[in-house]
Amino acid sequence: MTAEPRHVRPYGDTSGDGMVQTSFTLPVPHGPRAEGAALLLAAKMGMDPAMVVHSHAIGPDFTFFVVYGSVTHIVDMADVHVVEREYPLLPPGEVNTAVKRLLRRKLVVVGACIGTDAHTVGIDAILNIKGFAGEKGLEYYRELRVVNLGAQVTVPELVKRARTEKADAVLVSQVVTQRDAHILNTREMSAAFREAMGARRPLLIAGGPRFDPRMAGDLGVDRVFGRGTTPGEVASYLAHAITVRKEPAA
Amino acid sequence: MPLLDLDPAVVATARRLAAAAAAPVVEIARSHTTTSLERATLRLAGITGADSTHRAGDVPWVNRVVDTVAEQCGLEHGVCGPVFHALREHDLTSLTELAEATAAGQVRYRVPTGADGTRAYKAARAAVAKGLRTVDRNRAQRDKLVARLGDPPRRPWIYLIVATGDIDEDVVQAANAARAGADIIAVIRSTGQSLLDYVPEGATHHGFAGTYATQENFRIMRAAMDEVSREVGRYVRVTNYASGLCMPEIAVLAGLQRLDMMLNDSMYGILFRDINPIRTFVDQRFSRQVHARAGIIINTGEDNYLTTADAVDAAHTVTVSQLLNEHFAHEAGLPDALLGLGHAFEIDPRVPDSFRLELAHALLARELFPDAPLKWMPPTKHMTGDVFNGYLLDGFFNLAGVLTGQSILLVGMMTEAVVTPFLSDRDLALANVRYVLAAAGGLAEDFRPAPDGLIVKRAHQVLGEAVDLLGRIVDDGLLAAIADGTFGLMKRPPDRGKGADGVVAKADDYRNPAIDLLDEGAGR
Repeated sequence: MTAEPRHVRPYGDTSGDGMVQTSFTLPVPHGPRAEGAALLLAAKMGMDPAMVVHSHAIGPDFTFFVVYGSVTHIVDMADVHVVEREYPLLPPGEVNTAVKRLLRRKLVVVGACIGTDAHTVGIDAILNIKGFAGEKGLEYYRELRVVNLGAQVTVPELVKRARTEKADAVLVSQVVTQRDAHILNTREMSAAFREAMGARRPLLIAGGPRFDPRMAGDLGVDRVFGRGTTPGEVASYLAHAITVRKEPAA
Repeated sequence: MPLLDLDPAVVATARRLAAAAAAPVVEIARSHTTTSLERATLRLAGITGADSTHRAGDVPWVNRVVDTVAEQCGLEHGVCGPVFHALREHDLTSLTELAEATAAGQVRYRVPTGADGTRAYKAARAAVAKGLRTVDRNRAQRDKLVARLGDPPRRPWIYLIVATGDIDEDVVQAANAARAGADIIAVIRSTGQSLLDYVPEGATHHGFAGTYATQENFRIMRAAMDEVSREVGRYVRVTNYASGLCMPEIAVLAGLQRLDMMLNDSMYGILFRDINPIRTFVDQRFSRQVHARAGIIINTGEDNYLTTADAVDAAHTVTVSQLLNEHFAHEAGLPDALLGLGHAFEIDPRVPDSFRLELAHALLARELFPDAPLKWMPPTKHMTGDVFNGYLLDGFFNLAGVLTGQSILLVGMMTEAVVTPFLSDRDLALANVRYVLAAAGGLAEDFRPAPDGLIVKRAHQVLGEAVDLLGRIVDDGLLAAIADGTFGLMKRPPDRGKGADGVVAKADDYRNPAIDLLDEGAGR
């Protein structure tokens, strides 16, 4: 692997050619004016030169475009800020060993879809033994005790169950994003835990395809997992997080 | 022509076991009622509207009345006796007046006996029969429109989903989709409606990831599609969901507003929404009786198992569920022609021979249920956000559909799991379907899987596993199998789940004119 370049442009078939491909629909009848509008939009998006390589009518009032072109923008890699995984990925056996060593009991995970969200596919992929992407879910881990509350759990109910189950971690999944429901629900959840339990609250983890991992602080949770997260990543994070809690600033 | 050479004796065994597994559940369904079933009966009898003065917001009048009857004299005798007796006793002219008086606390319900009981039943029967005659008229009207405008010119029928949350936007999208070739428009419901224990009222404009199912929304969509049907010269069918806690009521509303297809699965609510199993089986039986009367094609939800379980390992659970759904449907009076049994293209594309396995599973369903309008569902689980790859996968899904003679094809979107479909996504998806239909629509004629090849062997294996599983279900009991997580890996015990408090064992004197009229096929 060569060193990361400082400045990058998209790569079509030649270094630095800046070539990208995009498609969109404009509410304009198909024809030369529509194509002109598409080129104007492409120019404003930084594509210069841009080519409309395909367009067709969608009904009488809309036109669909496929556009290729070179973008004038340059990305400075020094400006890139992402959440990089600060913990190692552990196989299930090592997660179990770490939990056993640190807690000398099972780590309790309570999971739920909160609010009106009925899409349990995310939380189930992480928790169910079946798992996701070839990795077994958290139920498979001997030293984790998983309580999956399912869909449409209210926040007070979740806090109550977390307390009675003595949860070490609470996993909340949010798929529906209309009118920012996922953000509002998650904030409500973290506030409720802070209010009810203060510093003794469990680890709070939010997950869902439209979450940005950088939003953790803003949402009041310890960790946010986005699209494509596997059970192994969550399990490894849990092992890491209880290590940090147990052995602060080692 | 059958291609799989299935052993008729094995197929007969599978059906016999499904019937044996279902029998105790049918018995439970017959001997119980639910709050929602009683509300559905009152909706047929003509109660509409909601109490807009209630502090909890709009509470439908049927909920106020049924809750009050339950509180004052229980539901084990049926709601009709107390309601129609009270109507006469208080000398009220309409059920709406009775509902208003109920809300004002002016009505004291009791179970009428003797001549009072007979009179109340007669009045209830007359009112419910009127509602059922509307359902009958709608069915006749559909037949008339289909005769005049015609069915889609070919199979499979093309099924498209709209889900904007706003019924007025849905109408725009549905009309565009129909003009672009869709034969069936399904309006996805708002997330969470399945767990509402009431049916919202009126036209709605703020759903979450879908639009609320209401009587008025049904009416608006059906009226709009009638107009589009005339424009495109074929009858465009409208679909919604008879599922969740209000399954029977929504079935009634669909019949009253001439919807054409309803999602209605025998176990979906139990497994995926954690609705109480008994409640689901009771509600399901009634809703299917109503659908049978209304000539509504049901769509079952086997595709869902494959989104949680592995599509290869769990292939036989789909077959088992189809056989159970078939039995429950027949038992409730639905003929094969109204049985849209579901299955899906959900095998991991990285599995070697995944397409051949898909063909085996799809052909198995086709040959087990030759007269059912099978519903073929597109890939969702392995749609990764790589839209280019997704478009290819949808093309293979379409090809499998035409090659195995599927009846209803739900159009797959390459942006599945990314965004709600763009206008262009639907347009591209329909282009994909059109291409495959035009290029390979007749390929089934040339398709002869080798008698000892992978496809035939795999189909036999899945059927064999289905028979084994049905045998175990008969031994353990269907409710125990559901409690153990046999389907879709979800464990659902019969005494738990949402809506359990709305289940009531019928008393010996329980009477419900809707069930009588449906059983008798009578209109008076």
